[in-house]
Amino acid sequence: MKPVTTITGTMMPLDRGDVDTDQIIPQQFLKRIERDGYGEFLFYNWAHTDDGTPSSDFILNDPARRGARVLVTGPNFGCGSSREHAPWAIQQWGFEAVVTASAADIFRNNSSYVGLLVVELPQDAVTRLIEMASDPTAEVSIDLESQTVTADGLEEHFEFNPTAKERLLTGLDGIGVTMSHDDLIASHEEARPAWLPTTVDVSS
Amino acid sequence: MTEPRTLFQKVWDNHIVIDADPTLLYVDLHLVHEVTSPQAFAGLNQSGRTVRRPDLTVATVDHGIPTTGRSLGIRDPLSKRQIDALVENCMDHGITMFGLDDPRQGIVHVVGPEQGLTQPGLLVVCGDSHTSTHGAFGALAFGIGTTEVEHVLATQTIWQAKPQSMAVEVEGELPWGVAAKDLILGIIAQIGVSGGTRHVIEYRGKAIHDLSMEQRMTICNMSIEGGARAGMIAPDETTIRYIEGRPFAPKGAQWDKGVSAWESLVTDPDAVFDKVAVLDASRLVPHVSWGVNPAQTVPVTGSVPSPDSYDDPLQRDAAVRALEYMALRPGTPILDIAIDHVFLGSCTNGRIEDLRAAAKVVEGRRVDSRVSAVVVPGSMQVKAQAESEGLHEVFEAAGFSWRDAGCSSCLAMNPDVIPAGERCASTSNRNYEGRQGRGARTHLVSPAMAAAAAVAGHFVDVRDWEDS
Ligand code: SF4
Repeated sequence: MKPVTTITGTMMPLDRGDVDTDQIIPQQFLKRIERDGYGEFLFYNWAHTDDGTPSSDFILNDPARRGARVLVTGPNFGCGSSREHAPWAIQQWGFEAVVTASAADIFRNNSSYVGLLVVELPQDAVTRLIEMASDPTAEVSIDLESQTVTADGLEEHFEFNPTAKERLLTGLDGIGVTMSHDDLIASHEEARPAWLPTTVDVSS
Repeated sequence: MTEPRTLFQKVWDNHIVIDADPTLLYVDLHLVHEVTSPQAFAGLNQSGRTVRRPDLTVATVDHGIPTTGRSLGIRDPLSKRQIDALVENCMDHGITMFGLDDPRQGIVHVVGPEQGLTQPGLLVVCGDSHTSTHGAFGALAFGIGTTEVEHVLATQTIWQAKPQSMAVEVEGELPWGVAAKDLILGIIAQIGVSGGTRHVIEYRGKAIHDLSMEQRMTICNMSIEGGARAGMIAPDETTIRYIEGRPFAPKGAQWDKGVSAWESLVTDPDAVFDKVAVLDASRLVPHVSWGVNPAQTVPVTGSVPSPDSYDDPLQRDAAVRALEYMALRPGTPILDIAIDHVFLGSCTNGRIEDLRAAAKVVEGRRVDSRVSAVVVPGSMQVKAQAESEGLHEVFEAAGFSWRDAGCSSCLAMNPDVIPAGERCASTSNRNYEGRQGRGARTHLVSPAMAAAAAVAGHFVDVRDWEDS
């Protein structure tokens, strides 16, 4: 994972709430076994007409938004399915951060593992950013170290889980870190009662 | 004296490896399916790591598989590649797999409980948001992403920020003709699609205690539709009776030890929840969703709401968009909505009791000529059980198509796609735009309500039929 420190760039507003991960990346694109190549399928059904041509009225297809780095959107973003393909698609389209009043639990976790910065701000700050973002050249800056969002006349602090922050700032491989605690895992393992199930096949 | 604790807190405490924020928790059971695992195995292989506990990991295929003509193989080359990858990964890492030709194959959240793998007090994870289903046994069970799947494969542990606790107290008795599905849709309508975010819900009260395990699974399954991290129900006699004798359940002296450990898995009398919602089950009626999220539901006796009935501007806009997508007009009585398809199945309502409830409605009746109706059992075991009871004959005589087990039209990753513009009464859990196929219009209902709609060709209040 690439480390995340400061993100500065233009915004794309998506002013609706409860955007579920089925909208972010529809099921037909989950059959691939690779981790990349999902960017072009972002918001596919909203971004395309029935015959697969790009819908000109969907903001993602506005050429002026092509360079946007920050997606600013309504509350409960990323609800529904646990598909990590959702943060992959957002990131692979070119976004580096999502700003919302609240992100769904699994989506927020997944994003923190893939280096997509999910920032939660009070709804009135999100509303102001969405207004500013009507200008495709308006910039926002998000600093993870100091946990601040700055844009024209707006400066907001945001909460962020310290461990997820550390992971994003360093870009470290989480598995390696956990494996360094092998002694603790092993001692928990030894204390597990014998009646707990195993999946060793009992039928054969 | 130790602090009184909730059921959630007790199960959490039992799994702490490193007590920090986030906490490192030990995973007792890792369920794997073909869609969210290939990138995890690839990552593991690339870094030269192995699966720490293949003996606590089990895989099945469900999301992308066909429900007809399996002997012909999988036609979709991408789905085939995905399933082949799982087979190969399980072979390489020594993981038990219920593959396409295994009589135990089925939807991951149907198979775990059915095989006796899901037990009280376990910590269960799976790369799937409906892992909350397993909480019906008093397990702490939640969905994770692919990076976390890789982490669990390698370490058998997971880092979790500790959720808060939420009690959903359901008093009274479910009226006759009202299903567990109606109860959970009623709960979601009350708390909203994000009412449970950052929380683990414990469902409590007389109405919950009275439920069978199948019904409890329907409830816990849809916890995620209320935004919750997990849903739990304290184990009791009903739970123990369900598990006893299942293939992976403890046996002999180990069984007695397990049962005595499970008995302590209840919320202490003075334990405090961070949040509480209260519902009276006796006032519930069958629900039908009209919109594109699972909180957009109304009683079957009601009508499609007007966006103006919402005070919150975001909700109002959402309602406008939902009505447009669903091609519905405010004020239309639910009973007047005609349907084109019926899907009976999924990890919410694809268990034997669900099929029995639907068959009871269907028996001696015929599916309306304009409706295409399918039954997709949640597992091949459910299918075999239903066939031994003759339910397949009831369904087939009525004009339903009787399929092999899988997720099918719940998410339409396989060929069972609902065509654009067509309307489906579905026993699944998500009515999102495009969920059952691009442009498909989903109405969430209980199995009995879906069955009745299949016969009538439009929604009916199943209570009127069951009376007769
Ligand atoms: S039946 Fe539907 S909700 Fe359940 S696991 Fe399959 S796709 Fe997911």
